[in-house]
Amino acid sequence: MSMNLTLKVWRQAGATAAGDFETYQVPGVNEDMSFLEMLDVVNEQLIGDGREPIAFDHDCREGICGSCGVVINGRPHGPLQGVTTCQLHMRNYRDGDTIVVEPWRAAAFPVIRDLVVDRSAFDRIIQAGGYITAPTGGARDANLTLIPKAVADVAMDAAACIGCGACVAACPNSAANLFTGAKITALNVLPQGQPERWARVAAMVDRMEDQFGSCTNYTECEAVCPAGISVNVIAKMNRDYLKSRFKDRRSLIRQADVADEA
Amino acid sequence: MLTGSSPARPGGPMTPARTRPRPHTWIIEFYSSAIGKKAVMAVTGLLLLGFVLVHMLGNLKLYYGEPEHLNEYGHYLRTIGEPILPHSGFLWIMRGGLILAFVLHIHAAVSLTMMNRRARPVGYKGGRTYSAANYAARTMRWSGIIVGLYLLFHLADLTWGTANPDFEHGEPYQNMIASFERVPVAIVYVVANLLLGIHIFHGAWSLFQSLGWSNPRFNVWRRYFAVAFAAVIVVGNVSFPLAVLFGVVD
Amino acid sequence: MSQTQIAGDPALKSNIPAGPLAEKWDGHRFSTKLVAPQNRRRFQVIIVGTGLAGAAAAATLGEQGYAVKSFCFQDSPRRAHSIAAQGGINAAKNYKNDGDSVYRLFYDTIKGGDYRAREANVHRLAQVSTQIIDQCAAQGVPFAREYGGLLDNRSFGGAQVSRTFYARGQTGQQLELGAYQALSRQIELGTVTMYNRHEMLDLVLKDGRAVGIIVRDLVTGEISSHSAHAVVLATGGYSNVFYLSTGAKGCNVTAIWRAHKKGAYFANPCYTQIHPTCIPQSGDYQSKLTLMSESLRNDGRVWSATKQGESRRASEIPDSERDYFLERRYPAFANLVPRDVASRAAKLQVDQGFGVGELHNGVYLDFRDAIQRLGRTVVEQRYGNLFDMYANITGDDPYSVPMRIYPAPHYTMGGLWVDYNLMSNVPGLFVAGEANFSDHGANRLGASALMQGLADGYFVLPATLPGELANQLGTPVADPNGPEFRDAEQAVRDEVSKFLSINGKQTVDTFHRKLGKIMWENCGMARNAAGLKQAREDIVALREEFWSDVKVLGSGNTLNQSLEKAGRVADFIELGALMCQDALDREESCGGHFREEHQTPDGEALRDDDNYAYVAAWEYQGAGKLANLHKEALEFEYVHPSQRSYK
Repeated sequence: MSMNLTLKVWRQAGATAAGDFETYQVPGVNEDMSFLEMLDVVNEQLIGDGREPIAFDHDCREGICGSCGVVINGRPHGPLQGVTTCQLHMRNYRDGDTIVVEPWRAAAFPVIRDLVVDRSAFDRIIQAGGYITAPTGGARDANLTLIPKAVADVAMDAAACIGCGACVAACPNSAANLFTGAKITALNVLPQGQPERWARVAAMVDRMEDQFGSCTNYTECEAVCPAGISVNVIAKMNRDYLKSRFKDRRSLIRQADVADEA
Repeated sequence: MLTGSSPARPGGPMTPARTRPRPHTWIIEFYSSAIGKKAVMAVTGLLLLGFVLVHMLGNLKLYYGEPEHLNEYGHYLRTIGEPILPHSGFLWIMRGGLILAFVLHIHAAVSLTMMNRRARPVGYKGGRTYSAANYAARTMRWSGIIVGLYLLFHLADLTWGTANPDFEHGEPYQNMIASFERVPVAIVYVVANLLLGIHIFHGAWSLFQSLGWSNPRFNVWRRYFAVAFAAVIVVGNVSFPLAVLFGVVD
Repeated sequence: MSQTQIAGDPALKSNIPAGPLAEKWDGHRFSTKLVAPQNRRRFQVIIVGTGLAGAAAAATLGEQGYAVKSFCFQDSPRRAHSIAAQGGINAAKNYKNDGDSVYRLFYDTIKGGDYRAREANVHRLAQVSTQIIDQCAAQGVPFAREYGGLLDNRSFGGAQVSRTFYARGQTGQQLELGAYQALSRQIELGTVTMYNRHEMLDLVLKDGRAVGIIVRDLVTGEISSHSAHAVVLATGGYSNVFYLSTGAKGCNVTAIWRAHKKGAYFANPCYTQIHPTCIPQSGDYQSKLTLMSESLRNDGRVWSATKQGESRRASEIPDSERDYFLERRYPAFANLVPRDVASRAAKLQVDQGFGVGELHNGVYLDFRDAIQRLGRTVVEQRYGNLFDMYANITGDDPYSVPMRIYPAPHYTMGGLWVDYNLMSNVPGLFVAGEANFSDHGANRLGASALMQGLADGYFVLPATLPGELANQLGTPVADPNGPEFRDAEQAVRDEVSKFLSINGKQTVDTFHRKLGKIMWENCGMARNAAGLKQAREDIVALREEFWSDVKVLGSGNTLNQSLEKAGRVADFIELGALMCQDALDREESCGGHFREEHQTPDGEALRDDDNYAYVAAWEYQGAGKLANLHKEALEFEYVHPSQRSYK
């Protein structure tokens, strides 16, 4: 089955250039193509016509690296739930469809070119405290720390975040609370994460708020997250942040208790 | 708090960011953060929810159909705490608390809205769709502003009396009847309370998230709670003007 | 027993420490020179690549106090392709008490590599494997747990012990995030300066030493020099030479190829691993192949048609007309034979016309019997996410229609030659992870890539690199404005201008596809002399064509993805020629290298230990010219090479 599509793509020559949509007719789209393969085909056509190809971020093309991501017909990563742009296949479209493609929009994610944005703001949140301080070589035997399966599962659910930025793109406020909440939850529920728990949440939230908007609980982020991260991580982050600001740090560290997190 | 848009990457290394310094006084530090402001909105929202509920329950005395029940109740409110507190003392403490809650609720909302505007200076040129954000969530700012304006009218109408030509101090029952018998006023009350319900529908769910009250066991009840609360308030409050208008009470 | 027949190149010093196998690493660490803490910040170290090896090394060396510069071409260091590894990571913990040990992991790896790896390196890998798990658990990597809270293990890739640690189907992601987070901490502390969206385009040598690199800022196009006391390349493998592979689109050989062109030897380039369970190609537009986890072979049965050009649907083909060829050919290991064996068997079926699917380009991996035996719920629990992924990509429901699979290039065992210290033959140039050739011989076992990347990054480099730095105490870092750097920068600028000025007719991808086709057909799963000779000639011609007819639009001063690809494909083309030369030279079959001329009567790989138990380290001689071979003889003191048999 092959389809003919009309594509409206945001083209912007550089960070400071004005951008606009350009319209392309794309004939012969195969339903087994991924969305990015369809863009590849468009690019080959453009180069053939002597026009510069559309710049878009992509790498693994199997939904895990988090590089790709564009807003497709007003929704980050397109119409499917739990799917990145590279895993969206053209069989989800019909002959004659018009598809509008736009970059993530957020002050913290400035456009570099066309559909490519700079997501270093996420890295800076991690740098603020999104780690467990464990210098190489000092670790004791891994099985000396028992972690209930349920706790490990909660951590893994949160750690599955691929850092694509769809949550920010979808949020009407350009808030990064789902991303930050996921990263904080993944570490804060684990026993290894307890010593830095309160300092971590305070540092990461402060860094986040320097760059992004605030969460007003639209839950739009959860709906578009390709990794299925739940807004529960935002609630967990909020709780830890409030505690870190209200309570005495020393008493909090003494209370460190992970059992209730599962 | 968002300090403005990140500059377009100038090239070169990823420079380590420095978090903007925070104020030292813990309560100001707390309120200076967006999560802190949301917590304040949640707590003040809870207080206002409590007030709205009690206010509605108190007004149910309208359905005795005789003025003395409601009027006595209004009088009783002024006597709470006597003789330790002066006359109306408790009422003014409550009013002070409510005014503070309102001011904080509105201040936090305004400053977060400004922050969020800065966070997305350029919107989606090709339009956007919503997958989860419901009508109530997306219109919180408008429903909030309209309910706020309605509140001023409501005070002018039934507390200060300036918007109600037949107003008599100390006779809330008669004042309500006199007010609600005017059709346009009754419509204002009905519409405003529907908007209040919509505001509560999102707010009463949202406050759990903002305060971090999340537990997979009861999370589904957070939504039920919000729906039930909003429904009770709307049904109660809308019933008063309708009851007067259609002559159920007079 | 050692193969004295092979004359190794005496200049190629492996620097394997003396002493009993199990004591080499500890002894070596003790005898390696140290750098005192207060002196460390005076040493500049460049690390290119932020996958498991690169990020772990940058984080650890930063922690130790060295001044580290880290480079990656991705928009964030977290996105290096290590993140896509699914299955798991091996470690000789013996938590399951099923007979595992450091020595057994060492033995399995040497044997799995078809006796083409260094014993000392592999033993060290097995030794540090246990520390890796401890380190990652301390970082908060959410490994799978038993209900009692202990770490869970599974058996992987046909191993007879359960030594594989995993985090759902996202082990690589979680390990990569652990290393990235440790790296992020050092970036915040200022010990590591992070250059994201920067691509290394040349290695700079001064008096024969590696003293720095030239990079292009992919956003602004700025070309700049960075000098250091040591350069580490941890830039991954080169499977994308086949165009279609399980690698990320950005995976490339450029960093190590340019180092090779500056004098670093390229070892065993023909050792490539073809993974048996990938989704077959669906059309010419295909941009990559997707791996389905090897674990699927635990319960799925592999079969093909018995008649050529079978066009019926799977459900309409009766059992009598299905060929369960792995079970037929390898009754003992059946569907769990190692990757190279399974891949070749599938290729044979398809080549003979027994392929299935619309394009007859795959074989079935069937769960019908597993669903009958275990019930759909159990199958769903074990493989649900993989089934969903398959259904999303192909539009078929694997619960009712068998999966179609076909082998795809997945990993490259070859890479830059390094000694025991992971230093190449160019002093000051270190190579880690998949980019080096060291530990997997001719075939890598499942769940060993993550182990090697982290071993190199967390434990080996941080112990061996200071030994090299210590010799340079008091030597200032090379001047990045010196003539060596200026010349190298100019060469890179010239290359960029050249690409932009050719203005030919064919896109970069067109050339990449052509190269991939040549490589896959002649230097893929099965190779023969005639094909390899022809392929080499074709590649030389393709290179000519590329440099006269490629079309790269736009400018060098902005983000220009075609320009990035052009440089990478130019290098892949040259690498392809070397791979063919190496494959032609190696007149034997071993691991991932199967020469049709060298097989047993029943079609199995036939090694020639007497003449080929060596590492082939190639020295660059100029574009289009044949490379020079240097041999490092492999000596087996502990494990005696034998014919691998899975029957």
